[in-house]
Amino acid sequence: MATITTTKISETDLLIEEYGYDDHFHEHHDEDKFQSGFITTYIFSQDHKMIAKQFLITGMFWGVMGAMMSLVFRMQLGFPEESLMWLKPILGKWITVADGVGTLAPEFYYALVTIHGTVIVFFVLTAGLSGTFSNLLIPLQVGARDMASPLLNMLSYWFFFLAGAIMFASLFLSTGPFSGGWTAYPPLSALSQASAGSGAGMTMWTVSLVFFVVSVLLGGINYVTTVLNLRTKGMTMWRLPLTIWAFFITAILGILSFPVLVSAFFLLMCDRALQTSFFLSEIFVGGQALEHVGGSPILYQHLFWFLGHPEVYIIILPAMGIVSEVLSVHARKPIFGYRAMVYSILAIAFLSFIVWAHHMFMSGVNPFISNFFVIFTLIIAVPSAVKVFNWIATLYGGNIRFNAASLFSIGFVSMFISGGLTGIFLGNSAIDIQMHDTYFVVAHFHIVMGVAAFFGMFAGVYHWFPKMYARFMNETLGRIHFWGTLIGAYAVFWPMHYLGMAGVPRRYYSFDTFENFSHFANINKFITIAAVVVFALQVLFIINFFYSIFKGKKVTSRNPWGANTLEWTTPIEAGHGNWPGKIPAVQRWAYDYGKDGKDFISQIIPLSDGEKDNGDH
Amino acid sequence: MTFLIIFLCIVLTAVVLVQLGKVTELATIIRGEADAQEDLNTRQGLFGMIFLVLFLVLSLATTLYYKNWMLGYGPHASASVHGDSIDEMFNITLLFTYIVFVLTHIALFWYAWKYRGRRGRKSLFMPHDTKLELVWTAIPAIVMCFLVVNGLIAWNEVMGDDGDEDIEIEATAHQFSWTIRYPGQDGKIGTKNYKMITGLNSLGQDWSDDKNLDDIVADKIVLPVGKKVRVRITAKDVLHNFAMPHFRVKMDAVPGLPTYFYLTPKITTKDYRKSLAKYPEYQAEDPNNPDKKLWETFNFALNCAELCGSGHYAMKKLVEIVSEEEYEKWLNQQKSNYFTSGVRFSDEDPYKNELFDAEYAARSAEFKTNFESTLLAEEKIVVLDKVEFETESATLTSLSKYQIMNLAEQLKNSPNVIIELAAHTDNQGAKSTNLKLSDERANAVYNYLVRNENIDSRRLKAVGYGGDQPVGDNDTDAGRQKNRRTEIRIIAQ
Repeated sequence: MATITTTKISETDLLIEEYGYDDHFHEHHDEDKFQSGFITTYIFSQDHKMIAKQFLITGMFWGVMGAMMSLVFRMQLGFPEESLMWLKPILGKWITVADGVGTLAPEFYYALVTIHGTVIVFFVLTAGLSGTFSNLLIPLQVGARDMASPLLNMLSYWFFFLAGAIMFASLFLSTGPFSGGWTAYPPLSALSQASAGSGAGMTMWTVSLVFFVVSVLLGGINYVTTVLNLRTKGMTMWRLPLTIWAFFITAILGILSFPVLVSAFFLLMCDRALQTSFFLSEIFVGGQALEHVGGSPILYQHLFWFLGHPEVYIIILPAMGIVSEVLSVHARKPIFGYRAMVYSILAIAFLSFIVWAHHMFMSGVNPFISNFFVIFTLIIAVPSAVKVFNWIATLYGGNIRFNAASLFSIGFVSMFISGGLTGIFLGNSAIDIQMHDTYFVVAHFHIVMGVAAFFGMFAGVYHWFPKMYARFMNETLGRIHFWGTLIGAYAVFWPMHYLGMAGVPRRYYSFDTFENFSHFANINKFITIAAVVVFALQVLFIINFFYSIFKGKKVTSRNPWGANTLEWTTPIEAGHGNWPGKIPAVQRWAYDYGKDGKDFISQIIPLSDGEKDNGDH
Repeated sequence: MTFLIIFLCIVLTAVVLVQLGKVTELATIIRGEADAQEDLNTRQGLFGMIFLVLFLVLSLATTLYYKNWMLGYGPHASASVHGDSIDEMFNITLLFTYIVFVLTHIALFWYAWKYRGRRGRKSLFMPHDTKLELVWTAIPAIVMCFLVVNGLIAWNEVMGDDGDEDIEIEATAHQFSWTIRYPGQDGKIGTKNYKMITGLNSLGQDWSDDKNLDDIVADKIVLPVGKKVRVRITAKDVLHNFAMPHFRVKMDAVPGLPTYFYLTPKITTKDYRKSLAKYPEYQAEDPNNPDKKLWETFNFALNCAELCGSGHYAMKKLVEIVSEEEYEKWLNQQKSNYFTSGVRFSDEDPYKNELFDAEYAARSAEFKTNFESTLLAEEKIVVLDKVEFETESATLTSLSKYQIMNLAEQLKNSPNVIIELAAHTDNQGAKSTNLKLSDERANAVYNYLVRNENIDSRRLKAVGYGGDQPVGDNDTDAGRQKNRRTEIRIIAQ
């Protein structure tokens, strides 16, 4: 096997030398201002590969934070009688003590739920997922030296870091972090009289997210520009790997929708600080009638969900792209229906902009308007179904190599099916009357955009770890991580459907007040235990990750997975500029696996006489 | 200590697992990668199949186990008429999605197992198949059309605001409870204005709107079975949500923007309890009331389903569905909160200077009884307890005229009665001043009777006694209050 690899290496270099494009990049290599010292290499790096690692590790930090928060509030839900005194050293006054029994304060329960949602959605599944893999893969897979603007790319990370720092600081406020739910609906989020967390906590929350949006926009403009302008010779749009298509469309979604969120935040800030009445009207709170008249809280919801819905696709599309690529590589088969996959990404992206009000069926909007949103929402099931069928068809007739990456991809498909199907219930406004804001919704979105997106992320990390660190992650630990998480995640979220059907509302600190909701103590216990187990498995992943960076099995060949895409034509440890010589030229699409009896045909290998390209035709 | 042990356990487990990982990695190198990978493919594919079987079995088993909590089965049946169409939609969707769930999962894990990598095997080069793709685009599209059409028919039926309700009630949400308002006899809910909210007037009802005067604030929601109810939903402070899971009802309460929801209860609380009796989970003892079974103490409830702050989880209101007769009976027992909340005759009351006809009639009847019994009694004194004067003055307050009118009525009924109008003060101030004031006050009543009520002046005599005839203790406020009085003494009859 080793000898074959060696010849491949030389063949790759020869192909790049023969067909590649000479951009004279390395003629001024001596003055590389990008990687001249420790600070420019590891901290204020402008190299997309390093920025990708920064996004990933920061995302992992926030993932652990978010998960730990969920464990604390799951303790409250699963074991409400149990004393939480042991958390007192960490949570301080938020654990109230009576007769030696420590109880989580309701305000802090709501703060935990809120910050958990915010950081997982934005910091982990947007920055940690799209930020990591767009950065790592876009230049490598389109054949570019780096992003179109490495400086903006660096700023993108540091704005994200700043957003995280502000959010982190807000956890230590004496009035507590923001506690009005990750959607921050006014008037609750606008009035500190209504909730302590809506004071300084909300101010810091908003400022943090505005910086976060700056980060997303800087990154997104870079991704779009790079994909459009820096594709190498021969890399037509129809030869792009599906990862790049997904990142490209994701970036466009972000650029179009995040500014709307910021506009909502600015109006909210005006209402909070300047006595305007965009979202406030006829409010009597804290024993006082406020002067605000004529605003509409529902306007905020429109603006919020105009981002909020595309946001869930901003989260899931990169995962879909990663899974398409990983499944194809490890099934040793072309992705089934490449064009249908691209078109369904486009269809989902387009539809994601005209379905936002399905989050608002029960919020007092005109019920007639809901008719349109039901139609568009349920249409999304069609391109989504096409994607699922295509992934399954990709496995059909394959020669599947099972490893952590491909297992997580298969797990992703399972999660996407399970979570996607429950979306058909919720998207239908009539059923949503009963299901809205119950645990059914919690189950739905955690499976379809939480767990599924995490699975896509894990698949990506296991698959591209060799490219990032020139070492493999430990496969055995990876497989334990996979099976444990697959079973554990279903154990956590599947039972929530039953709670939801019984009408148990989400965001309840305790079910004592309502006899009708207190039948489910056993399910809640079970879910909490499962959550602890799943969390422990993620700790295993993190140990594996950091251990493997330093001690993992070394990568000995450029293309360990036998993949077609360009990142595997770079040296094992690619320096700044990615290719030491010319930039490789692309001769074919990315999915020639098993074609003409060959295991795989790299994108840089020219078409033979009379051979048809399956992508660009 | 426990903390430390748990921490050590976790660290140890991690170390063991990492070592295990390293060992298998070494074993792989020794055995040859291709061999190891093939074994691994078989094992992992098999795990996939085991997972598939367990997953499908458990999903079905738990569904059956929890079927009593699902919509439209067992005890969790809809208690409202429109709820049935929602449950039906739910179950149709469940059927379709379950079929898709099972088939796609079988395909996913079965193909993963069947096409697991083996040495020397070649994968199939199958980049796409237009016909197949068209089929699996068309099928979901058709199913979705079916679900959309049925869903929207149900939706528009439930949400239509056609104004044909039998009863309209109002629910106002605030941190952290509900205020329920019934329209009263006129069937109309009065207007409200958030700027009028005070301690007495928690809803901000505008009392100058007559529709408010008979409105009732109830401590629970009571509705008659079989009647169409429109709930007007409002909020005072932040967003809330009017949710009644058993009735399949949910709608946000928005400050500044009233929303609504229609429902027709189809079963009384009593009958619903009976329907629960046959389910084992309701035969358990009620933990709050050990003498009773859970089904006996079951109640419908209203809850909040939109995060509204730290007390969001405890916004409960009892909901009771009763027969029409019971409803009427209950409603008749309720009093308008205009009269019960302390608003009446307070400074907030725009009608504080006048009596409504019903109030006057009641007073009139009461006075008549009092007057007539005095005619038969030994001591022939009637205290005009509702006749009051402005402080230090002989000007009658505007409400005083009503009792004088009551008195005039009685004088007309009993034409032979001759009375003395006696006014008294307490012992505060100079004696002469008091005497003068009481004299003027007695004359004020005298004048009113003569001028406004046309009572023959020969039947009346006005005397001011000053503080000479106290009936209460002049050392206390209450006693002095008692001493300041106007009374009549029947001189002849």
